[in-house]
Amino acid sequence: MIKKLWGYLGKYKRMLILSPLCVAVDVTCELSMPFLMGKIVDTGIPSLNLQYITHIGILMISLSLVAMAFGSLNHRLAAVTSQGFGANLRQALFDKVQSFSFSNIDTFSTASLVTRLTNDVTQLQNTLLMSMRMLTRAPLMLICALIFAIAINAKLAVILVIAIPVLVAGIALITRQAEQLFQTVQAKIDAVNGTVEENLIGIRVVKAFTRERHEKTKFKKSNDDLTKIAIKAGNLIVTIMPMMMLVLNTATIIVIWRGGHMVGNHQMGTGQLIGFISYMMQILTSVLMVSMILMMIARAQASADRIMEVLDTIPDIADKTPVLVPQAAYDPLVNAELPAQEPTVHRGAIEFRHVDFKYTATGKGENVLSDISLAIRPGEFIAIVGGTGSGKSTMVSLIPRLYDVTGGQVLVDAVDVRDYKLATLRSAIGVVLQNNVLFSGTIRQNLMWGNAAATQEEIEEAAKNAQAHDFIISFPDGYDTEIGQGGVNVSGGQKQRLCIARALLKKPRILIMDDSTSAVDTATEAKIRVSFRENLNDTTILIIAQRISSVQETDRIIVLDDGRIVGIGTHAELLANNPAYQAICASQMGGAVN
Amino acid sequence: MAFQKPKNVGATARRILAYFGSSKYAFIAVCIMLIVSTGSALTASYFLKPLVNNYILPGNFKGLARALVFLAAIYLVGVIASYFQGRIMVMIGQRTANLMRRNLFEKMQDLPLRFFDTHTHGELMSRFTNDIDNVELAIEHSVISLISSVLIFVGTLVMMLILSPILFAITAAILAFMILLSTVLTRKSTVYFRAQQSDLGDLDGFVEEMVNGLRVIKVFGHEQVASSEFSGLNEKLRSSATTATFLSGVVMAIMGNLGRICYATAAIVGGILAVAGRLDTGSLVAFLQYSYQIAQPINQVTNQLSVILAALAGAERIFEVMDQEPEVDNGTVTLVNITHTEDGAIVEASEDTKTNEWAWSIPGDHAHTLVPLKGDVRFDHVTFSYDGVTPVLKDISLYAKPGQTIAFVGSTGAGKTTITNLINRFYDVQEGTITYDGIDVKTIHKKDLRRSLGMVLQDTHLFTGTVMDNIRYGRLHATDDECRLAAQRASADSFIRRLPQGYDTVITGDGGNLSQGQRQLLAIARAYVADPPVLILDEATSSIDTRTEHLIEQGMDALMEGRTVFVIAHRLSTVRDAKAIIVLEHGEIIERGNHDSLLAERGRYYQLYTGQLALE
Repeated sequence: MIKKLWGYLGKYKRMLILSPLCVAVDVTCELSMPFLMGKIVDTGIPSLNLQYITHIGILMISLSLVAMAFGSLNHRLAAVTSQGFGANLRQALFDKVQSFSFSNIDTFSTASLVTRLTNDVTQLQNTLLMSMRMLTRAPLMLICALIFAIAINAKLAVILVIAIPVLVAGIALITRQAEQLFQTVQAKIDAVNGTVEENLIGIRVVKAFTRERHEKTKFKKSNDDLTKIAIKAGNLIVTIMPMMMLVLNTATIIVIWRGGHMVGNHQMGTGQLIGFISYMMQILTSVLMVSMILMMIARAQASADRIMEVLDTIPDIADKTPVLVPQAAYDPLVNAELPAQEPTVHRGAIEFRHVDFKYTATGKGENVLSDISLAIRPGEFIAIVGGTGSGKSTMVSLIPRLYDVTGGQVLVDAVDVRDYKLATLRSAIGVVLQNNVLFSGTIRQNLMWGNAAATQEEIEEAAKNAQAHDFIISFPDGYDTEIGQGGVNVSGGQKQRLCIARALLKKPRILIMDDSTSAVDTATEAKIRVSFRENLNDTTILIIAQRISSVQETDRIIVLDDGRIVGIGTHAELLANNPAYQAICASQMGGAVN
Repeated sequence: MAFQKPKNVGATARRILAYFGSSKYAFIAVCIMLIVSTGSALTASYFLKPLVNNYILPGNFKGLARALVFLAAIYLVGVIASYFQGRIMVMIGQRTANLMRRNLFEKMQDLPLRFFDTHTHGELMSRFTNDIDNVELAIEHSVISLISSVLIFVGTLVMMLILSPILFAITAAILAFMILLSTVLTRKSTVYFRAQQSDLGDLDGFVEEMVNGLRVIKVFGHEQVASSEFSGLNEKLRSSATTATFLSGVVMAIMGNLGRICYATAAIVGGILAVAGRLDTGSLVAFLQYSYQIAQPINQVTNQLSVILAALAGAERIFEVMDQEPEVDNGTVTLVNITHTEDGAIVEASEDTKTNEWAWSIPGDHAHTLVPLKGDVRFDHVTFSYDGVTPVLKDISLYAKPGQTIAFVGSTGAGKTTITNLINRFYDVQEGTITYDGIDVKTIHKKDLRRSLGMVLQDTHLFTGTVMDNIRYGRLHATDDECRLAAQRASADSFIRRLPQGYDTVITGDGGNLSQGQRQLLAIARAYVADPPVLILDEATSSIDTRTEHLIEQGMDALMEGRTVFVIAHRLSTVRDAKAIIVLEHGEIIERGNHDSLLAERGRYYQLYTGQLALE
């Protein structure tokens, strides 16, 4: 894990190595204080040597200043390194997520991706920061204090040989038990939060059935469960400090007893005795500190795992070396001798050849599409209908290679979609997704996602074709109206029209609209269809729609059921002889033209 | 965190203290123990002086032994006190958190829907998680730490003063400088922390937006643009965060080392005083021991204060929710079980008899009037607006007689859902009245009103629990057999029995393991169990696979039989069979009638029905 994360330190590696040196200087200065103090008390005062006392004192002050300088330097290194590391890691994660295919996206929930990019990175960053501040410091402190203690009196230091293991064992015992308890606590917290979340989502149901009291009772139970176990865990943790005090105090009494004798026998000075006690305190506190840091690192492990899971994901749709296609493939009139080139989309013909598809990411082994074969001519206006789960969205998402087929082939302009460069293929296909989003910014900025170099005329033309122009100019700021947070809230239907305009601005050869007029009222939807007919007659259009009224005038309607094509034809043909289509029409308001 | 300032520290702290409840006495005990444990620590340090002067230097080891036993006793008292104060604070902290969570949850259940319209789920969730966590953390750790730090600080100063007034004066001067410097530096670094926090907010917001829109990014091939924009925000955060982190570190380094300079100065001056014979060695040693630790409590206070302030700010946000107006319910009319007397009059059934007949009980001056529950609903000139500005419903009048089906049609935003939300008083009308069996719904006790109304919403929400539990949600006392029967009537039985554990299959995450159609079938069964005289249905717009769709249709039709039904219709068969169809547009009824009469009118309904709107 550390090896994998090490790479993200980049140019900050040197600083990470430099840091312990600064800490060493800082610690040495700090720890020499009680030692020097001992000198003043034991040598300076008894010999009444004022000069000696002042010299040692000034040395102490200078060392403090040195420690301050090196301490600050280390804080600088720690700040730069940890923040730099965090930034590198975040960028790597973000870029990785950008390279995800749709099926990669399916495996992570949006919320979990956001958490990984924000909280988890911050967690690791803070761990690194704390480590640079403390992880080297505490052990160094421990070692140096030990050396000083031994230097003062090796015989007394024997006590530490017993005290340290006792303390370590005690901490280990408590934390091991606490870790297990905390896992249970976490599970209980999840249960409580789950209840809250569920009630927020289903508040209408709760109120409609007047189940408030029922929910309160349910909540009280899981809440009390949590509290019971949390108190148990908390009680375990609060024993650490008293235990540490107990060990320290016992050791102190023994040291004073034995040390007192030594002072009495003139084997050591009073100052040394006091200095020794200070070091002992320092040593035992450091032991506690080291164990705390180790616990923190253990907690950060979970964040690191979640981050690595993202970084280790291999995008399953990526460019391979594009296959070169002879130019004659596009236009038989062109001289066949011309050199082959990377394929591009010229006309917008689509062909499905015995296509099978299953979502491997979701783990369900069933085919979502089975043996789909279909040829669509350039410029054709196609509608796809069928129930939820019949495979409509899946079918169209294979064209811009949002997913790869698991069997058969999808061809655009007679070239397998997998042989295109992804950017080339997708730039020729406009897709309006079912759950579409606009981004914060102005309407213009949003539309220009389709074409960053679009002129005002082009933008207006696209907006007009999507029936969005009129409501856009009705806003005070027109195309420069801010949408999203802090701006106007567009209605569902307006949002869908903006999304359509955004896709139109791409001037795509193929336009795919996945149930993207569901919130647009029927009259406006009809106008959109009319302008498509008039202005986009050389664009191949595929629409998925629920309302029969939306599809009845298309060139051909494809009826899907359970991943299979059960009917192809015009509205009239299907209505005459296709039972599946008839059933859909019959069940719908607004579809019954008889 | 430095800028998460609570608005009213005193009032909020008092309110949190009120949450301690019976633990209040325990908290007083903790305060006493704190004084004991701090006193023990201070005394133990002071004890070094007599130890050195009276026993060690003169070599009186018998006395030393006795003194050490005494010291051990002091230590022990301190350890015991600190152990128990820790335990008690854990208990207080957890109990307070428990009570706050419970109160907050119960409050949430009592809030009107309007509140949930204006607050996001994330916002409310963070009250339950972050804010309560902060309060709990502050109580468990920071309060003790803060009080004991202050006690230690004051105690140490007193001890120092007793040991040597001159050394004390010098130390106090340096400390005063330290505190001043610390305040100035903290204030300076706050500026940078704010910058860091705001940059972090920008970055997090961007991440959230981009991850949410990831599919759109892929479709438009905007990966590069997004990455480079991210990199700009990331770099900005890196730079401001580095400065902020560095500054906070420097403050720590300066404070720590100023403490040591204080120690060194005391050693020099103390040494000189000792040489001059104005200070004994024991006092000097004890004084130095104090001054070695004096910086500790100052840093503690600074650290814990920010934790406590964050907790207070969190508590304020929690109390803000708790102070919201709950859903008002001045209804006095209740729903009661009735039986018939021999002469045919209706009377309220006794407590232990359960009948299937219900009546509204209207309290009068002397006796309750009983009105049989039938399901007659009327709207009389109802006008309604969510925000008080834009009217959503304008002057709506309509009626449904018992057993009739009223279908609402119209485009999105026409006000169909709003009408149904008013019947069960999710919202209250501003003008006009809605009556139920001739009684103004505003006078009916909400619980009873809603018990008499069944709802099947378009978005089906299920709760964690078994399939059986979810059906029983309709009527908590329903037996397993009644639930199974309801499932059969709702055409849900067949799919439930095919589930791995049948009726005992556990539903998780709002029914994520069921299909949309299956969830809807469960919702129908749930309404079936409740067996209400009036039903509010919102038919799903999205079509479900034909087999399930057929099942749902069967279930719905069975459920609607014999009840007054308000239905937001999308299915043709529903409108065809409806007694009255109401066509809504922009909050107004533009057409009404039955299927045939409306078709004959050749108006809006005709256009909707034939799907030829404005296209001829």
